[in-house]
Amino acid sequence: MYEGAVQDLIDELGRLPGVGPKGAQRIAFHLLQADPQDVERLSDVLLAVKEKVRYCERCFNVAESQLCRVCADQRRDQSAICVVEEPKDVVAIERTREFRGTYHVLGGAISPIDGIGPGDLRFTELMTRLASGEVTEVIIATDPNLEGEATAAYLSRFLKGMDLKVTRLASGLPVGGDLEYADEVTLGRAFEGRTLVHV
Amino acid sequence: MHVRHLTLADFRSYPRADLPLEPGITTLVGLNGQGKTNLVEAIGYVATLSSHRVATDAPLVRFGAGQSIVRAAVVRDGRESVVELELNPGRANRARLNKSPLTRPRDVLGTLRTVLFAPEDLALVKGDPGERRRFLDDLLVARQPRWAGVRADHDKLLKQRGALLKSAQPVLRKGRSRRRVPDGLDEVSERESALHTLEVWNAQLAQVAAPLIYARLRLVRDLGPHLASTYDEVSAGQSDARITYRASLRDEFAARLAAGEVPEIEEIHAELLASYDAMRAQEIERGQNLVGPHRDDLLLTLGELPAKGYASHGESWSFALGLKLAAYHLLRTDLRDDPVLILDDVFAELDSGRRERLAALVADCEQVLITAAVPEDVPESLRGRSVRIRLGEIEEVGSDE
Repeated sequence: MYEGAVQDLIDELGRLPGVGPKGAQRIAFHLLQADPQDVERLSDVLLAVKEKVRYCERCFNVAESQLCRVCADQRRDQSAICVVEEPKDVVAIERTREFRGTYHVLGGAISPIDGIGPGDLRFTELMTRLASGEVTEVIIATDPNLEGEATAAYLSRFLKGMDLKVTRLASGLPVGGDLEYADEVTLGRAFEGRTLVHV
Repeated sequence: MHVRHLTLADFRSYPRADLPLEPGITTLVGLNGQGKTNLVEAIGYVATLSSHRVATDAPLVRFGAGQSIVRAAVVRDGRESVVELELNPGRANRARLNKSPLTRPRDVLGTLRTVLFAPEDLALVKGDPGERRRFLDDLLVARQPRWAGVRADHDKLLKQRGALLKSAQPVLRKGRSRRRVPDGLDEVSERESALHTLEVWNAQLAQVAAPLIYARLRLVRDLGPHLASTYDEVSAGQSDARITYRASLRDEFAARLAAGEVPEIEEIHAELLASYDAMRAQEIERGQNLVGPHRDDLLLTLGELPAKGYASHGESWSFALGLKLAAYHLLRTDLRDDPVLILDDVFAELDSGRRERLAALVADCEQVLITAAVPEDVPESLRGRSVRIRLGEIEEVGSDE
């Protein structure tokens, strides 16, 4: 146990995801020895992130104004919506530069163990967006794990009756990988979703 | 295959242990509480990533130590692989195969295959259905390691669906209240939304439960003939030992399965979905998953009577032993390779006739590891090489040959 403020700092850091007691201690002492300006900058952004950042009114991505950068961009294709679990998934897909449509962030996946049901996710808001009739394609990009698949299944049931093209991201082999190192589930999925070269 | 060397660090009672092993029969002799079973438990752990004695890893780590390490050199067809496991209670375990780290410890399954028979196995006959399901599922994994993944997914899905049944119970029971729910701009009752979610989990669960039932049915079908002959050999032809799969599905379908039929996965899948529907009211009432592989059982019969409750103590022993030996023979034919056979403290419980017959039955196995408190309990023909264990010290006594 350290005295007063140092221990408080270690305790707070230790509550962050991915930071254990040892790591918290290391960061705390790093901050203690750092230049005051550096620490000030850090404390400023910490406060700013809570003050300024909010959620996009349309897609619930993180934003600094009413709409996020994607939704505010007029050049984006408004007819396609990619549905993801978290804002960080938006960033991941944006990095590919493959997708020119807009997003919808659900805010998680259905997981009864964690007490998360459909009512806790932003399905209603998605339906409202679809009701406008502008959208023609929905791409379901939830995580390929049990909860993500359940969420995708739930969503696809709702979309069934609508006049929409509904797709799900393919799962399969990692690029640059070796077949022999792929696990059976991935390889099995890759087989299921194999693409036609020619007939 | 056989284990050529076993090294332990902070495993159970051993701060360190080095045990060189050879093909053929090795008997570990020592008084009670000296650490014989700990050694074979470690070998079993390398093969199955679980202990036959405890459900969690914590008791496996020596008291006061933070982690334990089990390393086994396994020889198959003249090629040696080294499996190293690091047990970290409370954190993820780690595994290395031939010195390279594996992303998932599960990937070492299949490197070493063992069939372990221990006093605890009496529970196969006398215990709860869970014991028999575990026997079947462990054997599935030993046959084809990919079932470990299916099993893990199935467990997770059961937990999710169970949590849903519990949490949605008040809503599903009456379902009058109205609330904003996702269905376009219309309002739907909360009950309908909950039912919708339940159907989603039904579909997810059925997708792994159906293959699991299918695989178990095939296993039971393949295991049956082996059991008939091993039980017959152990007990010298007293009565017929049979196994029947008892499914928690609807009666008519369950009867077909009990009769030995193995339907296609698609048909089992459809039946599961229908069973969920049929049992819905009850499942909601109790807030539990009531249908599926986790409620199934394996019925063991001797002649016309169920073994549980009717078989004598000796017969129960023979049945449990017969099941394990049948598993051994099944794996042996499947893999065209002998698993390592481990007989932990078994001979003390058998009469002399059964001892001799068991000895004859295992004499041609590639590697057999036997533990015994009293060396005289082990039939002469099986003594082989003897290793004496005393207070965690391993000492070679020498071979009888």
